[in-house]
Order: sequence, then structure tokens, then C-alpha cells
Amino acid sequence: MTRAPLRLDAARAIVGFAFAESLRRRVFAVVLVLTVIFLALYGLGSYFAFREVENLGLGGAALIDERQLTGSTVFGLAMFATLFLGAVLGTFLTIGVVRGDAETGLLQPLVVRPLGRPTMLVSRYAGAAAATVIYVLGVYAIALGLTRVLGDYTPDSVIAPGLALAAAAAIIAAISMLASVFMASTAQGIAVFMIFGAGLVGGLLGQIGSALDSPSLERIAEIVTWVLPFEALYQQALYLISSETLGITGALVQLGPFGGAQQAGAGLVVWAAVYTAAVIALAVAGFARRDL
Amino acid sequence: MTSAFLAEDLRKHYGPKQALRGVSLEVADGEVVGLLGPNGAGKSTLAKIACGLVAPTAGVATIAGHRAGSLAARQAIGYLAELFRFPGCASADEVISLHQRLAGSPGGAGERAELLELVGLADAAAVRVSAMSKGMQQRLGIAQALIGSPRLLLLDEPTSALDPAGRRVVRRLLAEVRSRGVAVLLSSHLLGEVELICDRVAILVDGEVVERGTPAELSSARGVEVETASGTRVIEAAGREDAPRIVAELVAAGERVYGVRVLASTLEDSYLEAVGEQPG
Repeated sequence: MTRAPLRLDAARAIVGFAFAESLRRRVFAVVLVLTVIFLALYGLGSYFAFREVENLGLGGAALIDERQLTGSTVFGLAMFATLFLGAVLGTFLTIGVVRGDAETGLLQPLVVRPLGRPTMLVSRYAGAAAATVIYVLGVYAIALGLTRVLGDYTPDSVIAPGLALAAAAAIIAAISMLASVFMASTAQGIAVFMIFGAGLVGGLLGQIGSALDSPSLERIAEIVTWVLPFEALYQQALYLISSETLGITGALVQLGPFGGAQQAGAGLVVWAAVYTAAVIALAVAGFARRDL
Repeated sequence: MTSAFLAEDLRKHYGPKQALRGVSLEVADGEVVGLLGPNGAGKSTLAKIACGLVAPTAGVATIAGHRAGSLAARQAIGYLAELFRFPGCASADEVISLHQRLAGSPGGAGERAELLELVGLADAAAVRVSAMSKGMQQRLGIAQALIGSPRLLLLDEPTSALDPAGRRVVRRLLAEVRSRGVAVLLSSHLLGEVELICDRVAILVDGEVVERGTPAELSSARGVEVETASGTRVIEAAGREDAPRIVAELVAAGERVYGVRVLASTLEDSYLEAVGEQPG
């Protein structure tokens, strides 16, 4: 209701509280189990993929770099899974933060304290986003290591795609935080994953539009990536892992099942930052007006 | 000196529903004021406006002279909601510690130990909230409301989950905080508790204060019942001190008096009369 000065100790206390709540809700345990399953399957899949493709001898004519093709494809899959798991974590770390916690009576004792609603909401987002970013970077690094060990493959760009994925997951967490102000927990979770799905469908439409040379589909995809910039960041990340791969291999990588790679303009990072700030500002405004 | 809490013509609409219709109320320092009323009467809304959880549609509420909900006002209050929950994985000590940090209280471990002792949870400092009974959680809630020595304590149904022993602890605790000059606005359904604890009582019905006064005033004599040969009659507006005169007058008038009874209403009678005996 009122503006209060930012108190760092109180903000840190809120972040700690958020982590404790996440532990209680077993968010980390669920995501950890999913992550282990994914990485195990990914390692197994990568091992066989590299071995089988090598046996096919596609690179005999030296037209196709089979390691590059296989590596880009499986690592593209890993990036999709990493983003998905990051979206799961980002969403569940922000589930019920406002309306859900208010309905169970968890929020009121905290909100009456003299720290201000904006501080509380931004602190909770900062905590959730930090955990999500660290998680995405960690899974990305492990997947990168597995691909390197199992297939001797290193993407054309190593750091930037990981950062783009982490930023995409942080945007999803921001959208989830905004949804928590207006929706009950279940509705919030459903809405966020539908938005996540809509972004991916937008990316696929763009890919199809590009293949069919359909300006309408490409225009729709472009609008989707502006409205949901996490998708643009994901496409940019995919693009970066094979941006220097040329020739037939490059063309095949672009057509791969987990492609959808699209080079973004220089403004994407700025737009993503502005978009995230605007989403959080909307959440703060909605929270400030909300009767609890 | 400003009142600990002052509400002037406070109104609150939730869509078409009017939760408060011009409530005015004052709580002085060191005073315990009870809010009575059926469910939906507006008691919780009034407490929530006082602590800034709900914005009033019209009217003014101030805490120690500061607008309710402002930073200064929130620094002066302690609040226990009717429906509240603490993180299940946190211990009693950790809950108090978290709220100390949020309140900016410099009390540290000493304050934590004192508050847990005050609510009878000294031995449960390390017990997790998830392992506590509802009554223990409610006492922990009262302890967190007392962090930082607030000037006004807002307690919404603080004894609803407590057993008789727990209620006695809360009664003693409220007497203690009152002696320290803390003002208390206590919302409750338990008329007996209110009668024992509160200096003044306000009865809310449909968002309006329909009755207010001290428990003694609200429990005042309601007449003298006299049984004579011609039947039983009630002389209204008469009290205990009027009984000898009434009997003398009746005897002088030739009536035979068989019995006299001073009718004293309880707070419950006043409450039920005020709310029209509507179920909560």
C-alpha cells in the first residue's frame, strides 16, 4: 500500500523464507529427480547417437560433418529439456507467491511488517530467478560436458547460449510471478505452462513458415517472439550453437527436429530486460492494490 | 498524546457488499478493546485495515497518528490474523527470528527467548511448526505479534484454537502487555474471554457499531422483577438500589410481595440483543 525504503536484511530474509518454502513444497527434490533422469537419459542417448551415426558413415563424402550434425541435434535437444526444466523450477518457485499464499494465510504475517510490498515481491522474484538461472547454467554445463565427453562435440558458441537459456527461464519465472498476483496456484501453473507452450508453438510456426516460404506464418512467429521473448532467446541460443556451421551440415542442423534456430537482432537482450522489468512492475502494481 | 488506534467513519466495500458502514472507534494506550460480532460483521476487515492489508473505501484509520498501512504505522503494530500459517519446516525460534529481521527488531536471541517464555513455548523453541498443535501455533503467532514491542496489538480470534489452559496464558499475557502500556484491539467470539480481558467492548453488526461500552455497562441491570399476589411484573429501568423502595411502595399500596429479583443482563444477553440472535 505504501512505499517503504529497501531494507537489504529484510529482503534477504524474504529470499531465505522463499527457499525454505520451496524446500517444504519439495520443489527442489522434484526438479532434482527430473534432472537426474534427464541427464542419465541424455547421456545414454548421446552415447548411442554418436556411435550409431559414426557407424552409418555419413561423412564418407566429406559433405556432412557427422559429429557436428549429431552434436548440434542432441545438444539442441538438451537445451530444450534444460529450458523446460528451468521453466518448471521457475514456475514452482513462484507458485502461489501472492494469491495462493494469501489464501493459506502465509502471506499476511509477512506483509504487515514494515518492508513494503514492492520489496517483498521483488525479493521473492530475485530469489526465484537467481535459483533458476543457477540451475539452468548448471544443467547446461553438465549437458555440455556430457556431449563433449561422449561425442567429442563442442558447440560453436559455449557461453552465450547458456546465458540466453538462463535469461529465458528467468523471464518465465517473471511471467509466473505476475500470474501469482491474479490467479490461484493451480490456475497459475496451468497458465504459465500454456504460455510456455504457446511460445514454443510460435517458434515452430516460424520454422514451418520459413520452410514453406510463408510470410504470414513468419510474421506470426515474429510477433510471438516479441510478446514472449523467452522463445526468441531460446531460438537465439539454438542459433548460436551452430552459427558457424556451414554447408550441407549447417542446412541439416537448421532443419533438425529441435532446430527453430533464429538469429535475433541486437535489441533482443535489451528488449528481454525491459520486458522482464515491465512484467515485474505490473506484478508489483497489482500486488500493491490487492486486498489481503 | 495521539490514540494508539483511531478509526473515523471507516467504510469498506467488497464489490456490492458493504463490509464496514462508517465505523468510528478509538483505542487508547494501555487499553484492551474487544470487537464482538457475528461472522461477516466486519471485525476482521477492521483489523486488516488497521494493519494495512486492506485499503478502506472511505474514512480514515490511524495508528499512533500515522495513516494505517504506512511504514510508520506498520512499525507500531503487531498483528495476529484469524487465518495464518507459518512455514512448516521452520522452528519456533526461526519463525521469530525471521519476523525480527522483517520488523527490524534489534532484540536478538534475548527477545526470542523472552517472547517464547511469555507464551509458554520456551521448551519448544526448536520444535518445527509442522510438529506443533494448532494451539502452539496460535501462541507462536501471538509471540511474533509482540516482536519489537508494538504500541498496538491487533489480535483476530487469538484464542479460538486454544484449550482453557492456553486461554489463561493469553489472558495473563494480555494483562501483562496492558500493564506495559500496549493498546490491544481484540476480535473474538468468546464473550466470556472478552468480558474478562477487555476494558471496553464494541459490538459490530453488518459493518456498524451497534453497541459500545465497558463490559459492566453492557452487562447492566435491566429491571426489577416483583412477584405479588396479582402476578409477576417487571419494573424496567430499575436497579438493585431501587428494590427496597419498590417493595415499600407495593406494600404501602396493599400488595402482598412474595419475591423480588434484580434482573441483570450478561454481556451475552447484550450481545444477542444487539445482533438480533442471528447465528454467526
